[in-house]
Amino acid sequence: MSRKDGKNDGEKRQGGRKSRSKQGTPRGPGSKRPKTPPKTPKVERNPRENPMSGATQDLLQVISEGGKALKGKKSGLSEELLLGMYRSMVQTRLLDERMINLQRQGRIGFYVPSTGEEASQVGSALAFEEEDWIYPSYRVPGLFLQRGVPIERMVANCFGNDADLCLGRQMPVHYAFKDQNIVSISSPIGTHIVQATGTAMAQKIKGSSGVTAVMFGDGGTSSNDFHSGMNLAGVTRAPCVFICTNNQWAISVPQEKQTASKSFAIKAKAYGMPGVRVDGNDVLAVYKATKSAVDDARAGKGPTLLELVTYRRGPHSSSDDPTRYRGNQADEWMDKDPILRFRKYLENQDLWSEVQENALHEELKAGINASVKVAENAPQPALETLFTDVFEKVPPYLREQYETLVQDEGTGHEPDPDAAFPL
Amino acid sequence: MSQITLVQAVNDALKEEMRSDNDVVVLGEDVGVNGGVFRCTADLVEEFGEERVIDTPLSESGIIGAAIGMAVYGLRPVPEIQFSDFIWPAFDQITSEMAKMRYRSGSQFTCPMVIRTPYGGGIRGGLYHSQSPEAYFTHTSGLTVVVPSDPYDAKGLLKAAIRSPDPVIFLEPKRIYRAPKMEVPEDDDYIVEIGKAAVRREGTDFTITAYGAMVEVALKACELAEKKGWNGEVLDLRTLVPLDEESLIASVTKTGRLVTLQEAPKFSGYSSELSAIVAEKAIDVMEAPIRRVAGFDVPFPYTLEHVYMPHAERVLKAVDDVMTF
Repeated sequence: MSRKDGKNDGEKRQGGRKSRSKQGTPRGPGSKRPKTPPKTPKVERNPRENPMSGATQDLLQVISEGGKALKGKKSGLSEELLLGMYRSMVQTRLLDERMINLQRQGRIGFYVPSTGEEASQVGSALAFEEEDWIYPSYRVPGLFLQRGVPIERMVANCFGNDADLCLGRQMPVHYAFKDQNIVSISSPIGTHIVQATGTAMAQKIKGSSGVTAVMFGDGGTSSNDFHSGMNLAGVTRAPCVFICTNNQWAISVPQEKQTASKSFAIKAKAYGMPGVRVDGNDVLAVYKATKSAVDDARAGKGPTLLELVTYRRGPHSSSDDPTRYRGNQADEWMDKDPILRFRKYLENQDLWSEVQENALHEELKAGINASVKVAENAPQPALETLFTDVFEKVPPYLREQYETLVQDEGTGHEPDPDAAFPL
Repeated sequence: MSQITLVQAVNDALKEEMRSDNDVVVLGEDVGVNGGVFRCTADLVEEFGEERVIDTPLSESGIIGAAIGMAVYGLRPVPEIQFSDFIWPAFDQITSEMAKMRYRSGSQFTCPMVIRTPYGGGIRGGLYHSQSPEAYFTHTSGLTVVVPSDPYDAKGLLKAAIRSPDPVIFLEPKRIYRAPKMEVPEDDDYIVEIGKAAVRREGTDFTITAYGAMVEVALKACELAEKKGWNGEVLDLRTLVPLDEESLIASVTKTGRLVTLQEAPKFSGYSSELSAIVAEKAIDVMEAPIRRVAGFDVPFPYTLEHVYMPHAERVLKAVDDVMTF
């Protein structure tokens, strides 16, 4: 990242903003240009030219992009943990591929792939203790797997069947896993960020040594509740770790249209907490940074914002076509595959081989296949689950609606074969 | 038993519940050192400390979002929104998150919390200190909506709300915050059950449904009607969701005539639902069309507030309509 360019960029934008607010009108077609001319030429919008993307020299790293241990950097993790992380990363990738295939075949309704972001998910997950609470984004299956969520529970959710802990009430990937302290995911962006602060405050109030972590994307930093949550955590010194997975795209909107800040991590400054930029494709760097932030929070040193810089190689979701807005730009990031990078590292440490790789793939694929087979044959949730869990007890008016439904239409509602998420 | 105002009733309820359950915490703008702009949280911070009585930054979305995070973790937060007119930044948290948490997680996570907020007109508060937002919340599945009309109910219902396993929107009629005083039990076990309406005045000729500060207006209207020889019944709903439908149907079955009363704007108002329920389930006992008395479909005015607010004479006109149909 060119610090000089970045600084000039900031100054120029500030100048423009001041002038705009004086005029009281947003810049748009036909509106007046700022009176003060910009000091530097117009910012190049191409993400490849953006100081925030591509360059990684200012990021915390442990493994080089070529898979070598960087000088003086050690993981401090046992062979078992290292191989466990690798396993979760590969499992995440294979699950991704299978679920997208199932969606394309019309066997599940929707999926959110996370290919290319496995390191950021798995590296973080290892840093948390059992007592910690997690508010995930909808793009962190690797975190769930690493934290011990049974894969069959995740697959059941994608089929929305009666083995889904959420009873098929949400679209796929909107998980909730109470046993692992993984709080229910919703679709509105950012709302969970301030909830995480509240949970962290509650941990403090109840005298727990647990901490809370929350995951969100670069887009999430523009939401109201990013501000509310960061601000409240800064003020209360709540034991909360804010993890921004900067995958550089919020559906079609690139990161430089999301913020005029020099980075996402720098936003921490405004809230009186440290902000750390991490190579999000380096699983050991992600672990190290998260562990340090979690340890600080647990020790009463307050919250931290982490920015894990990675890349969303696939579409936003199974309903999205990224070629409409970014051409083939993803190609440059294919050689930044976090799984390949970690595999090379393990091989360099003599911890991994081709034979082991093949065996792992076979084993994990068989496990996914078995889960899919079970989930596909499981019944849909019982009809009464339409009316349960709105309140602790079903109130009379909902009971009446259920009884009227059964009386008028019976209980044999078959799934609608033409139903598909249209976006 | 002591004579107290509605403000004191709220304060007493909070104190009693905080004493008996360490998980009850209060948070909001100015609720700590200042004791709330209406004094509902007075003296709490002295007794329970800053960890359980939290002065938050000025962000309604943040207050409710943080309270949700506390509730799913096992606390019983009672966030205050200073005026219900300022609740809208938290609308997403309330409707997308708090109301749906239990359903979307299959009861793995729940939100036992009470949002307290003063609502309603009659205090010369203009556009942004006077509104009645109940219909926005009664339309959302998963929310319990409670509106007390006097100190006795305010205390009993708030205590019941804090003990509820599900989220409650607790709308406090600020016009009657300080009057009239009323005898309220000091017994720790005293609660008013959520979901039960109360007949405030028994009558045989017509029914007026009301809640919050409008109950008093309904009673006045019945006094005026009595001079015309009509004997009105006033049903104080107390809980809007779940509605005590049984009491509503029982009352109109007895009287055959219904006037609904609310100060919120008329169109798509809560009382329209009452009207529809009676039309669907009891049209055969009705002797006259239902009349709705409500605020006008305009923003809440400042200077002409007294014209906007439904008053006894306006209600009497509606009573006249249903009685002489």
